Amino acid sequence: MKYFLQRLAFYAFTAWAAITLNFLIPRMVPGDPVQSLITKYQGQLSSQAIDSLYVLFGLDRDMSVGEEYVKYWQQLFRGDLGLSFTFFPTPVSEIISDSLPWTLWLVGITTVISFAIGTGLGVLAGWRRGSWTDGLLPVTTFLSSVPYFWLGIIAIYLFTGPDSFLPSSGGADIGLEPAWDQWFVPSAIQHGLLPALTILVSSVSGWILSMRNMMVTVSSEDYITVAHAKGLSDRRVALGYAARNALLPNVSGFALSLGFIVGGTLLVEIVFSYPGVGFQLFQALGAQDYPLMQGVFLVITISVLIANLLADVAYLLLDPRTRKEG
Amino acid sequence: MSSISTVGAVAVVPAAKARRQRFRFVANKKAAAGLIILGIYVLLAIVGPWIAPYDPGARGDQLVQPPSAEHWMGTTHLGQDVFSQLLAGTRSVVFVGFFAGIVATVLSVLIGVTAGYVGGKTDEGLSALSNVFLVIPALPLIIIITSALSSAEDWLIALVIGLTSWSWNARVLRAQTLSLRRRDFVEAARATGERTWRVIVFELLPNLTAVIASGFVGTVIFAVLSEITLAFIGVTSNTTWNWGTILFWAQGQQALAQNAWWWFVPAGLAIAVLGTALSLINFGIDEFVSPRLRSAGKTKVKTTSGQTVRMRIGFTPVIRKEVSK
Repeated sequence: MKYFLQRLAFYAFTAWAAITLNFLIPRMVPGDPVQSLITKYQGQLSSQAIDSLYVLFGLDRDMSVGEEYVKYWQQLFRGDLGLSFTFFPTPVSEIISDSLPWTLWLVGITTVISFAIGTGLGVLAGWRRGSWTDGLLPVTTFLSSVPYFWLGIIAIYLFTGPDSFLPSSGGADIGLEPAWDQWFVPSAIQHGLLPALTILVSSVSGWILSMRNMMVTVSSEDYITVAHAKGLSDRRVALGYAARNALLPNVSGFALSLGFIVGGTLLVEIVFSYPGVGFQLFQALGAQDYPLMQGVFLVITISVLIANLLADVAYLLLDPRTRKEG
Repeated sequence: MSSISTVGAVAVVPAAKARRQRFRFVANKKAAAGLIILGIYVLLAIVGPWIAPYDPGARGDQLVQPPSAEHWMGTTHLGQDVFSQLLAGTRSVVFVGFFAGIVATVLSVLIGVTAGYVGGKTDEGLSALSNVFLVIPALPLIIIITSALSSAEDWLIALVIGLTSWSWNARVLRAQTLSLRRRDFVEAARATGERTWRVIVFELLPNLTAVIASGFVGTVIFAVLSEITLAFIGVTSNTTWNWGTILFWAQGQQALAQNAWWWFVPAGLAIAVLGTALSLINFGIDEFVSPRLRSAGKTKVKTTSGQTVRMRIGFTPVIRKEVSK
């Protein structure tokens, strides 16, 4: 329990740091890239919206940084992330809450599957070192060196077309409203298949390699030799003794590398015009829509923090040593 | 990690043997292949813009043409030569990769080794700092920062990437330093009254070389991918070419719909080969430090009595040779 509380405190601290970074970055930039955008929309912005923008970007010269900071937090707690320029006058929070579920489903499911497959293959490659599984390594190295988005482009080029089952863009057929019914769900799965496979192929290799290396290291421990000597079946030694212990560092590695993976997967959304937060970030970037960009950054960071917390809980369940202390 | 013990073992190799062992790293096939490919890229980065057959930005009258004798990799929507763009873009990619790698490595050594060696409150503070940077998604953070900058020159992008990607290496270095600091030779240096910086520079750092090198190579991979990703979504300098810029235009001009595969395939392959070369170097370093990780070759062995025996892991691969002779 003590371990869990420590982690919780750490994530709270990280969330605070991310939000503060988000607050500071526009203020540290020389010049005033946002002022022009405000004048552009001067006629259309309500005085309240302008006020909110001033706080978000620190354009209010009368206030001290400290006061701005307090006000920034107050806005955040109300869920006010400002107004989007691209989809004016829609609030950023509304755009994000529309697009976040898409990303959570796509990235969440594929990351977990990728981790499971990669770890499984890694166990095999580590245990049967010297068999055909060694051939996996060069192939996966090459695939992991390819940028996710480029693999997506190639996938679209090869597998989609006028008479292909797989669509090249979008999250579901046009005209379908997100709902749990027999029209939307199959269509969403059909659209998500290719992006998911792209992410899977390029992210699985990292797990294979780290799991293989951990298996090789663990396999020469004394307790493995003892297990063999006791006459346990090869399979039982591999899974119950070696893999079980090799898994622990991989789980904590999983938590730590989530930030890297999520960054890459957002790019896949751009290539496939998938209506998730990555695609929104891309559109915001093109339109210099700073409120939307910052909102997306915050939401991605918070999601990654929550995923990390879940990975920590998994670690807690897997490793008895963390439980004993509390 | 098992590498801990081997790192220490490298230090005890007698001085007489050191000369012969210096090139052992290159003898590793993976590392050698990686270094050769990397060398070619660095060479192209230096001479690329000069040997490019055309000006990468110059327009021509052959629009979106497939590869031909005149344009080896075809042309873009403005009649620009893709091959020249690729050659001219190598410099920016290699520069950003190495510059960001150096920035991140220096930071990670400073923070990681200090945290591991000094310990106490300093360690807690620095560890918390690197964990925060580790958990915050790097790419969105880089996008946020670079998009707020008015100009996105190569060195600036490299600096931002370097400043945001040091945390993983710092963490690894800290762990490694922790395991080294109580070793006898470090204690001995401290007991003879060496200053802290001297212990760190002359006792600890030489034993951390492999970890630092592999961290550097890893960061270069990350930096190259980040720069290309940024250019692909439009965050790049307007004056220089890099492979991401090519992909940006290919995507923006519907190269896919026009079936113009020559427009986006070469740049992607160039990235993949560079990334593979760097990964191979890293495998080489890993296997150098921890020989157990090497691919074992054939493990099924025919014994003299004609039975087939599969060698179990946990033995070093050397055993195989003795049996087969």
